[in-house]
Amino acid sequence: MNQHAPIVAAAEPRLAARNATIGYDKRIIAERLNVAIPDRSLTVIVGPNACGKSTLLRALSRLLKPTAGDVVLDGKTIHAYAARDVAQRLGLLPQTSIAPDGITVADLVARGRYPHQKLLRQWSKEDEAAVVEAMAATRVGPLSRRLVDELSGGQRQRVWVAMVLAQQTPILLLDEPTTFLDIAHQIELLDLLRDLNRRNGHTIVAVLHDLNQACRYATHLIAMRDGAIVAEGRPQDIVTPTLVEDVFGLPCVVIEDPISHTPLVIPRGSGVHPFEEKPA
Amino acid sequence: MSGLQTSAVDFGRPIGVLRLWGGRLSQRLDLRTLMLCGIMLVLSLAIALVTLASGEFKVSLGEVAGALVGQATARVHMVVVEWRLPRTSLALIMGAALGVSGAIFQSLTRNPLGSPDVIGFNAGAYSGALIVIVLLNGSFYAVAGGALAGGILSALLVYVLAWRGGVQGFRLIIVGIGVSAMLTSLNTYLMLRADLEVAMAAAVWGVGSLNGMTLERLWQVAAVLALLLPAALFLSRPMRQLELGDDAARSLGVNAERTRLAMTVVGVALTATVTAAAGPISFVALAAPQIARRLTGSAGVALLPSAAMGALLLTAADYLAQRAFAPTQLPVGIVTVSIGGLYFAWLLMREAKR
Repeated sequence: MNQHAPIVAAAEPRLAARNATIGYDKRIIAERLNVAIPDRSLTVIVGPNACGKSTLLRALSRLLKPTAGDVVLDGKTIHAYAARDVAQRLGLLPQTSIAPDGITVADLVARGRYPHQKLLRQWSKEDEAAVVEAMAATRVGPLSRRLVDELSGGQRQRVWVAMVLAQQTPILLLDEPTTFLDIAHQIELLDLLRDLNRRNGHTIVAVLHDLNQACRYATHLIAMRDGAIVAEGRPQDIVTPTLVEDVFGLPCVVIEDPISHTPLVIPRGSGVHPFEEKPA
Repeated sequence: MSGLQTSAVDFGRPIGVLRLWGGRLSQRLDLRTLMLCGIMLVLSLAIALVTLASGEFKVSLGEVAGALVGQATARVHMVVVEWRLPRTSLALIMGAALGVSGAIFQSLTRNPLGSPDVIGFNAGAYSGALIVIVLLNGSFYAVAGGALAGGILSALLVYVLAWRGGVQGFRLIIVGIGVSAMLTSLNTYLMLRADLEVAMAAAVWGVGSLNGMTLERLWQVAAVLALLLPAALFLSRPMRQLELGDDAARSLGVNAERTRLAMTVVGVALTATVTAAAGPISFVALAAPQIARRLTGSAGVALLPSAAMGALLLTAADYLAQRAFAPTQLPVGIVTVSIGGLYFAWLLMREAKR
């Protein structure tokens, strides 16, 4: 577990936002945000709808330029890099992607190799190996020749993850990767992310909706509300009923997850539970 | 470890991997697509040869071949090389240009309807040409210039009107249809103002015709396309990434807006070149990429098959235009519009079956 222990006087993390003000057009979503993504962490960002978590992810991935302040990647402003250089260090699974009509699984995964290819060198041995490896890690190898349109939601999401993995970047950002998946496929995907984080040392940042899944899988949790960071740290250290009430406005109790021994948030809800009304 | 190999990844279709010069050149070759492109090319050339041989003055295929390599009587040489070759060669390369242009716009708009015919270019080019023909009574070059200016201005207008912090495909098509409708009414007004003879000439120009093409015209068009077609191929890599959606493409290192602008410029320039030389030839740009896509079964629209299909469609249309009602020579645009009508009927039937 010591790989997750905080390193004292840690070196500058590879990816961080420094006093970043981010938003769309003139609408500011988050002001003077300071976030450091610990290297080799599985960082999960949580918060209520429209709290700015996806916006933060877009800024961290260079899709959105801060109006003030900086996003820093490997010691340099991310916007000072060429798009292709960023794409060799940092991969993003956006919330919405489009699979072109009639594309097969292998073809889509291979598109992840784009930042490593050139006009003449479009299918090197490295490209081939990366695609094979990415498909094996996400267990989509057997689907290789299938059409992406014909897959189930869970399979399709694994294919998109495979595409981002084929990009072979040390940092991976995922925007709500579990949305539209049923519970079994959600857990499967999160297990995969944890695997990548632990085994390959990928730095992973994911926006998740489910607080309990976040607590279970995150080595570093960032809780946001109204474009500001309310708390960050290990889930065990920061998730309390007060924090959940503060961030989500949800009265709850927090108990220990019997399996993972991480915080488990139980909402109180309103009204009386039917079973509590004992017949006279 | 070099040369042509089979792919270690199963893409669901036959793929050959070409690696040469110690890996400095490596390409994935879609064998089925390449084969189909080859077949389309051979068919186009065969139709072109037959077209060269047929007409008022009958020439045998052997004489055609002789004329092409410079071994024919002066008479045959004049008919085949000077009269017929420019037109047939132009049909080949203009068809390819239209196919590529259509593929670019359909990829850009992510919509099979997104072709230069639909998004305002052709109507604008016609307006430009009509203004020169009807109001200024200009020469061929003035008409070509007017068409270019009209087409590019209307494409620019559509682009600007559809811009909202970026250009989105569907909006581009809707704005294009709107602008086309307005320009068409302007065109009708100009026609009504013109004298009968001028209006007839303008109408012939307006459907697109390969009649009266010269060797000089062939060299001019070929020179421009020799620049534009490689540029299009160069763009095809980022263009295909863009089909994954902006966020995905950008996070893979594509400069989305710059790629889109470059695609628009090359796509418009390709259509503009054809239109300036022969008038607005409809439907080739619209239909060629889609027919090619269905034949090859590939993902998204691809440039090479679209080019081959465009060349095949236009050479076939040109043969029909010359021979269907011989000795009357139809403008080739009439034939492509008819083919386009059939294509639409087929498309509708397919969609209705779903």
